[in-house]
Amino acid sequence: MKLGLAIEQVASAERELAERLLAVGERHRTDHDVHHLTRTLARMERGHIDALARHAARYGVELDRGSDDGSPLRPVAKAAREKGAELLGRRPEPGLLLLRDLRELHLLASGASLDWVALGQGAQAAKDPQLLETVTACHEETLRTLKWTTYRLKEAAPQVLTG
Amino acid sequence: MDRIANPWGERTPYPRGVEWPVREDSHVADGIDQEQVDWFRSASILHSNGDAIDIAVKDGRIVGVRGDGHSRVNRGRLGPKDLYGWQANNSPDRLTRPLVRERGELQETDWDTAMGRIAARSKELLEQSGPGSHAFYTSGQLFLEDYYTLALTVRAGVGTNHLDGNTRLCTATAGEALKESFGADGQPGSFSDIDHTDAICCYGHNVAETQTVLWMRMLDRLHGPNRLRLLVVDPRRTPVAEEADVHLAIRAGTNLALMNALVHELIAHDWIDRAYVDANTVGFEKLAKKVEGCTPRWAAPICGLSASDIAAAAELIGTTERLFSTVLQGFYQSHQATAAACQVNNIHLLRGMLGRPGCGLLQMNGQPTAQNTRETGANGDLPGFRNWANDSHVEELARLWNVEPTKIPHYGPPTHAMEIFRYCEEGSIQFLWVSATNPAVSLPELERIRSILADERLFLVVQDIFLSETARFADVVVPAATWGEKLGTFTNADRTVHLSEKAVDPPGEARPDMDIFRDYAERMGFTDKDGAPLVKWSDPEGAFDAWKECSRGRPCDYSAITYARLRELHDIQWPAGDEQPDGTERLYEEADFWAAPDTCEAYGRDLLTGAPVDESEYRALNPEGRAILKAADYVPPHEEPDDEHPFELGTGRTVYHFHTRTKTARAPELQAAAPEPWVELSDADAETLGVHDGDLVEVASARGSIRAPARIKDIRPGAVFLPFHYGYWDSGNGRSPDGDAHAANELTITEWDPASKQPLFKVGAVSVTKVET
Repeated sequence: MKLGLAIEQVASAERELAERLLAVGERHRTDHDVHHLTRTLARMERGHIDALARHAARYGVELDRGSDDGSPLRPVAKAAREKGAELLGRRPEPGLLLLRDLRELHLLASGASLDWVALGQGAQAAKDPQLLETVTACHEETLRTLKWTTYRLKEAAPQVLTG
Repeated sequence: MDRIANPWGERTPYPRGVEWPVREDSHVADGIDQEQVDWFRSASILHSNGDAIDIAVKDGRIVGVRGDGHSRVNRGRLGPKDLYGWQANNSPDRLTRPLVRERGELQETDWDTAMGRIAARSKELLEQSGPGSHAFYTSGQLFLEDYYTLALTVRAGVGTNHLDGNTRLCTATAGEALKESFGADGQPGSFSDIDHTDAICCYGHNVAETQTVLWMRMLDRLHGPNRLRLLVVDPRRTPVAEEADVHLAIRAGTNLALMNALVHELIAHDWIDRAYVDANTVGFEKLAKKVEGCTPRWAAPICGLSASDIAAAAELIGTTERLFSTVLQGFYQSHQATAAACQVNNIHLLRGMLGRPGCGLLQMNGQPTAQNTRETGANGDLPGFRNWANDSHVEELARLWNVEPTKIPHYGPPTHAMEIFRYCEEGSIQFLWVSATNPAVSLPELERIRSILADERLFLVVQDIFLSETARFADVVVPAATWGEKLGTFTNADRTVHLSEKAVDPPGEARPDMDIFRDYAERMGFTDKDGAPLVKWSDPEGAFDAWKECSRGRPCDYSAITYARLRELHDIQWPAGDEQPDGTERLYEEADFWAAPDTCEAYGRDLLTGAPVDESEYRALNPEGRAILKAADYVPPHEEPDDEHPFELGTGRTVYHFHTRTKTARAPELQAAAPEPWVELSDADAETLGVHDGDLVEVASARGSIRAPARIKDIRPGAVFLPFHYGYWDSGNGRSPDGDAHAANELTITEWDPASKQPLFKVGAVSVTKVET
């Protein structure tokens, strides 16, 4: 039974996604939409780790949720990114950076999405309906992050590329 | 009667099912004999109620007004702003000539110079940087004909996606929530529902101060036989809350938690119309699951309410035979705005209370012509409630305008106002044309907005009737004609269309807004695909006729309305097409929603992220075009009170002023009634802070600080209220604080609802301290 590994894999993907969401939000501090939405989504992705943690023990794994502040160096890095955002806030170049960051978030979210698919298949094979319910609900939410990255990129690209 | 001391006048109580009694209000200047004046028909322009009003003219000047007793909207009544506000038209400081910036100063010039300068810069930028370098930010205060001319010019002439109205600040959530639930914009209910209903719910709607005549109608039912019941959700004990059976003084930013609990209760007690839900909606199972754990006990600590009050509110909603609801800024300008407003729609769908007398809802508008901004696509939508994501809708529009479909940008949702200002900030928009609005006072985080407007990279055109704060930042200022000085139509919050006659000439060289937009289009040489001028009309009626064709067959169908019929009938409620030429009192009588995939205005959005639902998803979800029960989880707001900023800030309106006081401060009675801003605090907080009524206090947020005298009021402890009307045109340097700041938007946060993009003026943390003098 390797479901424990699959749970850890999803949790790790969600943790990375949440952390990158926060980092991108800080980097684009002056783009208020991105700044606020990434925080909303990071919170949602973190919630998935909590939801999985309720099942993890049954499969002999313990999940690290990751703290809201992340690593000890996080506040320093956060301040640096935010300051950088303020300095660049009146220039158009961060637009290109935003497209790159959204692309990265999109790939992380689609990776996490595939991990949910795998875990969901495993949960069905293992006949664990509670786990399957959690997987279905969380996966649906991760897809929202995925869709948001596409939408935000579609919205931003025309201005960035022609401005 | 002194209508400043008593804004709502005398009561004319009436029972259910009876026509609202007539009460004719009027006010004319001292020494004017009402028999000796000429009367011109119009409707009120300083709020969204659309009260039928006649304008009195003597010797070429407006000298007064009277209410029209035949009108189904107001039955003769007028509010204080209607009675006194007309005096602004005659103000000596009206703009009468165009202004251009020379060596840093605005100087008077002629039209040719001013428009020539606009066109030259516009052409230069279009050539260098393309249409994405241009943006247009308009209003909720022009006429339908102005907006439609602007929408055509911008979308098919300039070809930019960057066109929005200040309706983004007041009514964007109304439009979005209606699109999400019913497939298209358009208020289902009618003001006359008040005559028939048994219960009214006002969600974040201080109707007593925002739509005084609507409140008079409610008050007359509240004070009449078989009194209706009233539920009010508002952190302040407003005049509306004073009359309520249940008043929920809710904590800022938690509306959705309350609404989810109310819906939970309706389902748990089976206060729902199963047959209606099964036949006419999609999404019930999802909604029921979403609110599963949302009991009153769950919501109570989040919302700062008692569980028993929430249960009482649910019972009021759940057990009434006829239910009428209104929603406004307490929901629209707060956290999770669209999701909370959609839950009000859901309540009516769950209870099957739509399209019958007394059963309806109004997702209210704030401004007088906001409905027209939305219909004509001068906001972030396409004209005629067309769907930008539906290629056949864009093709239809292109045929009407005789342009190639590719000329009309539709590769993404039209750019919303807050994003427009973001693009100005980063420098990719370099040409911004602001008409009839005042972002230098009305947008959030004013220090940021002022720095954007002052940026030398931005060429700023301001079209207004006074030298507003925003106009003082402009490169070119063009003087406009206003209400009473131009002919045209506008539509109120219950879809009532009025014709507003030209009663007097505009002052000096001021011109109707439509003429200014046409002049620009002509100078730019905008043409259709056959080389003919893009704008094919030269007067308001021509614009209206073109609009009728654009609206034909759409939810906002004007095709059977003409100026002549408006003159004859006084008012008509859209839709008014071939099948219902005299208009339609209530929408969705047969649950005939506009939600079918081929006709709907929008496929909807994810309420948490704002990401649009795509066409294939929508077709799978809603193939038959039923109403959609949208649902979302409550999540806490991003900015909550903390040790440094322990209070919740909310901004709002007073009954005596409109927008940024450009007109109302120039009416002596209104200005004297509320000459300066104030800070409302609860008794308990005032005591803790050692503040007495009238003491000067400083309110600070992470964005800025302001000073104003305190008023100790019945407001929920922890909450602070500031009126948003007060800027700097009549103090200091005319455009920014000179010494202490006092504009509420110095404090507000730059954040918006992900679905409607409406800024969150009612969420934010502030500190309050007494200023020692």
